[in-house]
Amino acid sequence: MTEHFPVLILLVPLFGALIVVLLGKERPNQCWMTSLISLGISSIISLFTVVAVLADKFQTIRYRMGGWPESNGYEVGIELRVDILAALVVFAVTFVGFVNTIYSKTRAEAEVQDKVSFFYALIQLLIVGLCGIVMTNDAFNLYVLIEITSLTSYALIAMGNRRAALSSFNYVIMGTIGASFYLLGVGYLYIKTGTLNIDDIRMVLGNNNLWEHQSIIVAFIFIMLGVWTKMAFFPLHGWLPNAYAYAPSMTGTFMAPLMTKVMVYVMIRVMVWLFGNEFVYSGQHVWGELVIWMSVIAIVAGSLLALARTDIKKMLTYLIVAEVGYMVGGAWLGNVTGQAGAFYHILSDAAMTFCLFIAASIIVLRVGDSRVNAFDNLFRKMPLTMIGFTVGALSMIGLPPTCGFFSKWYLISGGIEAGQWEYVCALIFSSLVNAVIFFRIFERAYFGQITEVKEDFVPFDSDANPETAIKEVPWSMLFPLFIASGFVLLVGIMNRTLFEWIQTALKMVNT
Amino acid sequence: MDPIIATFIEDNIVPKFNYWIYVILMMIGLYAMITKNNLMKKLIGMAIFQTAIILFYVSIGVKDTAGIPIISHHGSEHHQGATVHSESGSSSEEVSPVKVKNNTIDKDKYANPLPHVLMLTAIVVGVSTLGLALAISQKIFKSFGTLEEDEILNKLRPGSQ
Repeated sequence: MTEHFPVLILLVPLFGALIVVLLGKERPNQCWMTSLISLGISSIISLFTVVAVLADKFQTIRYRMGGWPESNGYEVGIELRVDILAALVVFAVTFVGFVNTIYSKTRAEAEVQDKVSFFYALIQLLIVGLCGIVMTNDAFNLYVLIEITSLTSYALIAMGNRRAALSSFNYVIMGTIGASFYLLGVGYLYIKTGTLNIDDIRMVLGNNNLWEHQSIIVAFIFIMLGVWTKMAFFPLHGWLPNAYAYAPSMTGTFMAPLMTKVMVYVMIRVMVWLFGNEFVYSGQHVWGELVIWMSVIAIVAGSLLALARTDIKKMLTYLIVAEVGYMVGGAWLGNVTGQAGAFYHILSDAAMTFCLFIAASIIVLRVGDSRVNAFDNLFRKMPLTMIGFTVGALSMIGLPPTCGFFSKWYLISGGIEAGQWEYVCALIFSSLVNAVIFFRIFERAYFGQITEVKEDFVPFDSDANPETAIKEVPWSMLFPLFIASGFVLLVGIMNRTLFEWIQTALKMVNT
Repeated sequence: MDPIIATFIEDNIVPKFNYWIYVILMMIGLYAMITKNNLMKKLIGMAIFQTAIILFYVSIGVKDTAGIPIISHHGSEHHQGATVHSESGSSSEEVSPVKVKNNTIDKDKYANPLPHVLMLTAIVVGVSTLGLALAISQKIFKSFGTLEEDEILNKLRPGSQ
């Protein structure tokens, strides 16, 4: 049974999605229950996978789809490959999906009305795609899974209002360019190596010493451009803010924490496993310094753009752009500390973005206005929600014991080790800007008084009085917020253990 | 013609004709996706862009002397080879199924099937992307009444409606 865990993580939500479509829109409760159960099973299995990998001394689990044996030392079929890094990210994906489904219960029926069953089906397919991206060991299969996640997310975003449809269209155009560049890169690699399995490509490249061949360099640049477009690295970030801000709230809370982070995982995997550190960080290529400077620009620009926004969701989406800059910079520093820091930041950023997006969605729902100016006196009216929001915000600023502090700590120590002072400065600058952004909200929420009532105010309940309409949301929405903020603290407190696991796995590949 | 240009064409363009076409098609697609104002034209650009990559992959598998990559069965090797011969006449040497001799395959005799198989998947992905994008543009047309990007952005500007 244990050896089938990797494929079961994928199959359970896949069949869950089919069952949800069959149940149809007349049975929203059963749809919700089915996806809750399937994602629950999937996240339990992935937790067991983490335990299994740890119990086996970080031994990588390999699973051949369809049982195709290798021939002449090369993999023929598609291979799934789970090490501790993949297991942790898969657990994050499935668990966030599970918790987000609890949150979706009331929101899905309110926001997408007659498409509830399609919503649950698509969100499960999205999780299948994300877990597949993390686990697959086949470069072309990775492309197909990237497109599966992209297609489902285009559809999920387009379920929102009319602005969401337009942002989804822009995302389709940008996403297709990104995925096609990745596909081209894989094509060049295939021409030179004749195989698609990531480990085999690495082996062929090493055995024949193809590192300095033009096609390999072109392939690397194409793959990087494709992955950067998909993760919204700064100059290519245009599609992200609108898409995540206008999507239905329960879609935004799921995609914002996971989509970009999984693509960062793909980037680290391509850099470390497919091409290898000697190639990526060798002094012969100009890209090392260049990418660090690009990430510095991404961090600074993302933070400043977030500072300029008054709409809370837009603000958070620009913060994601800055966070992507952190991770790209950390991965390109050229030492294991930076790589492990970037990887730890994937987990911590998933936790804190999830927490902040749920809190922001609840606030926007109750206040009826997404502008920060409307958040007067919120701490008195919704104390529980604001506690969750504060935990996420403090983590974004980087205060211990939240995970945001530790990921910044590791990234900064990686930067100092590599002597990239511009990157260290950008991280500290971004921390300070985040402090300004969030304390602006805290100030209003603690000390602000309501001065005027908006005319077009639409309360959540029939209760028309805005003084009493802003109150706590039901537990089905508060509970996910508390789980998310609990994870922000948990990932922070467990930072030493997690960081050692990540470092061990990265060192195993480098030797 | 200038002999330098002639040798350049002979050395670089004629043998790599497919790859030149793929680059040109890709640039046309990219140009349309980035600069066109009409959403439908952007989608046409996207389709050209994806087709260019399919052309690139299919070109990888081509070999001068190769035929269809179908391997006949070990046991009935003679029998099948004979039937193909009689059915398709004398010129069928190139398209006849590849025979397995002593368990090894003469790799110059048949085209590499893997890129073609990959492109079957990529075509499916491309079609579904295009279908989804058309559905989304239909939704945009229903809510804005136009597919011109600048008109849509004008309607979204605060105070215009």
